[in-house]
Amino acid sequence: MHHQYKLDGYNIVLDTCSGAVHLVDDVAYDIIGMYQDHTPDQICHTILEKYADRPDVTKEEVLACLEDVEALKAEHKLFTPDTYEPVAATYKNNSDVVKALCLHVAHTCNLNCEYCFASQGKYQGERALMSFEVGKQALDFLVAHSGSRRNLEVDFFGGEPLMNWQVVKDLVAYARSLEPIHNKNFRFTLTTNGVLLDDEVIDFCNREMHNVVLSLDGRKEVHDRFRKDYAGRGSYDTIVPNFQRFVAKRGDKSYYMRGTYTHYNTDFTKDIFYMADLGFTELSMEPVVCDPADPCALTEEDLPILMEQYEILAREMLRRHREGRPFTFYHYILDLKNGPCIYKRISGCGSGTEYMAVTPWGELFPCHQFVGDPKYSLGNIWEGVKNKEAQDEFRACNAYARPECQDCWAKLYCSGGCAANSYHATGSIQGVYAYGCELFKKRIECAIMLQVAMEQEPEA
Amino acid sequence: MKRIKTIETRDLCKSLKGCGECQTSCGVANQPCEKQ
Repeated sequence: MHHQYKLDGYNIVLDTCSGAVHLVDDVAYDIIGMYQDHTPDQICHTILEKYADRPDVTKEEVLACLEDVEALKAEHKLFTPDTYEPVAATYKNNSDVVKALCLHVAHTCNLNCEYCFASQGKYQGERALMSFEVGKQALDFLVAHSGSRRNLEVDFFGGEPLMNWQVVKDLVAYARSLEPIHNKNFRFTLTTNGVLLDDEVIDFCNREMHNVVLSLDGRKEVHDRFRKDYAGRGSYDTIVPNFQRFVAKRGDKSYYMRGTYTHYNTDFTKDIFYMADLGFTELSMEPVVCDPADPCALTEEDLPILMEQYEILAREMLRRHREGRPFTFYHYILDLKNGPCIYKRISGCGSGTEYMAVTPWGELFPCHQFVGDPKYSLGNIWEGVKNKEAQDEFRACNAYARPECQDCWAKLYCSGGCAANSYHATGSIQGVYAYGCELFKKRIECAIMLQVAMEQEPEA
Repeated sequence: MKRIKTIETRDLCKSLKGCGECQTSCGVANQPCEKQ
């Protein structure tokens, strides 16, 4: 299986199953497009006719290019057969390891964002803070179920985790005490709206947090449309100086600004560029996922606009890269040379199996986006997973689980997609959120184009 | 003339021969492999 496309002057051919990427000229692009269902004679005839005004396109040249295509096919770098499906069917059955937990340390929030998937941090339930005892048990549960995995991840999430800050610090200290005993390496992340960021929080995070996710939607009027406090006041003026101070002290440690775009700002690249101009260089902007009847929901009419926005973003990133003031975009960070192995690409995020969310009461859910849905309550941190039926649903999620994905060139990039998005869009975690697929494929096309373009840059 | 330039990429077929140490993702195909 292969995929070929033209973007911004680059002709790109992607070999789905080997991961190979080829930059080709127009002639090779057409030859590869015809290769599988035309004879060499037919290809020669068509190409010579199409490029009759090109002196460099001779029969010998076309045949030489065909030989190159044959050679790539023989080397399994083009038209590589798909042999991964049997692996996909069994890979997750071989392990009960848990390696990551999302700790919901606060089911409460100091903001009242209208589009919040977590219903202002309460997850359709009561306000609550996780106690140290519950958090400690969660960490013990993680270590006990981590098998031989050395790298363990704990995400402090909410609601707003800074509303339970002392517990966050105490849990980090407890986890650090477990590391030498069990030969583990904890990587902590924190997602915050920034309201309670002060120098003490910043310094602690810069010491202990492997990554921080900072919620900012971009331009002030865009951000303040949804991200308000309980008095109805926008939060932009409070949080932006906090984030700028945080990032300035962060050094080379990971962070990213995480925005949400909606039907009201389909020109979301303006928000990305605005954040870059504020001095933030690690950026993410995600489509809102909500009830289609919600006024902020993205519509079919929005789709072509959004697709164009992703292309505009790629072009601007390339331009700023060449000017020596680059920024990164979460979905365009594609490591072609040292990226994940086929097992990771098949199995995806591991929600419900190796990754779970823990409520303030110690209840386990497949991920943060399922918290509060009784159907997907998996068990608890004292007794482990008891709802094996629900867990098996997640175990069956992989890049080959859905018939609709069989012929999709992007399946080894999306790994079958986000189970929560599928569930919220179709009512089933095995459903296909087609709108999200279209956006995802466009992002991958842009990301690969960016990598190819940067590869062509002369060394400085 | 050379009409096809192959970009250096990790060979997924060869990677068949999964340590699980890479970071949990929420992106999937973007993160670096820990062990290489």
